[in-house]
Amino acid sequence: MGFWQRFLQLDRKWIFLGIAIVVIIPLIKPIGLPIKPTKPVIDLFTYIDTLGPESGPVMVVTGFDPSTMPELMPMEQALLRHCLTKGIPVISFGGLYPAYIGMAKMAIDEVSADFPDKKYGEDYVFLGFIPGVSAVILSIGIDIATTFGNDYYGTPIDSLPMLRGVKNYSDISLVVDVSGTSTPEYWLMYAQERYGVNIGVACTAVSAPAYYAFLQSGQFVGMMGGMKGAAEYEELMARKGYPTGRRNATIGMDSQSLAHLLIILLIILGNAGYFIVRRGERRRGIIRRKR
Amino acid sequence: MRRRLPVIIAFGIGFAMLIQYFIPHPRSEEFYNVIVQQWFIIIYAFMYIFALRSFFMHHITKVKKKKEGYIFSAVAMVSVLFMLLSGLITSRGPFFDSLYNYMIAPLQGTMFSLLAFFIASAAFRAFRARNVQATLLLVTATIVMIGRVPIGDYLWRGMPDLVEWIMTVPSMAAMRGIRIGVGLGAVATAMKIMLGIERSYMGGE
Repeated sequence: MGFWQRFLQLDRKWIFLGIAIVVIIPLIKPIGLPIKPTKPVIDLFTYIDTLGPESGPVMVVTGFDPSTMPELMPMEQALLRHCLTKGIPVISFGGLYPAYIGMAKMAIDEVSADFPDKKYGEDYVFLGFIPGVSAVILSIGIDIATTFGNDYYGTPIDSLPMLRGVKNYSDISLVVDVSGTSTPEYWLMYAQERYGVNIGVACTAVSAPAYYAFLQSGQFVGMMGGMKGAAEYEELMARKGYPTGRRNATIGMDSQSLAHLLIILLIILGNAGYFIVRRGERRRGIIRRKR
Repeated sequence: MRRRLPVIIAFGIGFAMLIQYFIPHPRSEEFYNVIVQQWFIIIYAFMYIFALRSFFMHHITKVKKKKEGYIFSAVAMVSVLFMLLSGLITSRGPFFDSLYNYMIAPLQGTMFSLLAFFIASAAFRAFRARNVQATLLLVTATIVMIGRVPIGDYLWRGMPDLVEWIMTVPSMAAMRGIRIGVGLGAVATAMKIMLGIERSYMGGE
């Protein structure tokens, strides 16, 4: 058996080890590769950056569970930090499915701890899970207080100072769905199309290609796609001098860069081996036929 | 009647909601508010009760009959009950949060992160340029993979722009075509459900 044949039968534990090394090392010692923001992220950032304390609140919807947390949690935290830095009132909505509420709470707890001057109920509120998915989106368009009744902690919506005068989408500046599923389409169909509210999207890299059409049509104001989108948002925040926290996405991008490089190298070597072995087999076949 | 009644309800509500959309009369708006804010949400809440019932029925049967992997069914049921009770007893307090933050989050995160390892292994073994289509896919995927990370920009300045072009032109054109097809299919399926032609949602054949 030749080298390439042996190489093609490489035990996968070596590949696993390689991936583990290229992921872990940059997390311990970040390389600091430069981040270049792209248009969809700049659009979302700019839209939020033009808002202020007098604007209507921004609703940040948590649409992910821990499985997509490394990609989406930095996005949610960056959005919350941006809004709180600018003094924009924030409605953190725990999501359309029960698995998401823990992620929403984790994000708001961590970010609000960095803004001790911001008060719950005045600068930000946290709305819990309500069953209904599309019905909840439609119902917010009618009346937020009737839809939720109380916030996550059981406080009646009417008694939260920030939500006085906020009845439905017409009083909300922007809804950003931070989603690991197809929920941005629900927000598009039921909130944007029916009530005309502006929608921004923060989604996993694998979902991003599905939303470019809606970006081009102007139905989404902007988009963060994958961890790279989150890193770009963090970069835009840093350029403006806003507090960014630990910049988890930026650090994660170093790992992702090296992991992608390794996978590409494996694909190239795998194909090289495949063609070399196949050519060798063909040659041997020709020789046999000649004999 | 077991089959006719759901069809009548589906037709009635579906048609009423369809018509309502085009009638901006206060009565029509009131009807919409009642359906959306009360009926839909109550029905959805009941779905979770049925889901729990279905979950326990399935796993209790597995444990009773000691089917293969029944121990996992027992663990699943105990976990659900434990989480439910901890939420109810502590009123979603710090203990409940800790269970989520330090058990569910790392477990789910770990499960999903395994994908990275398997994708790398699968890419090495299966991603082959066997024909023109596969080669096209392989080359595009490689460009997007390298261009979607900062190292792509570091290696060649034009890489992010090339990737952005792939995403906003050929990829978007294909996605748009697929979406138009899916949209038309959804309209056709909705009509079939409303008219009682499509009845698989009721279970059975």
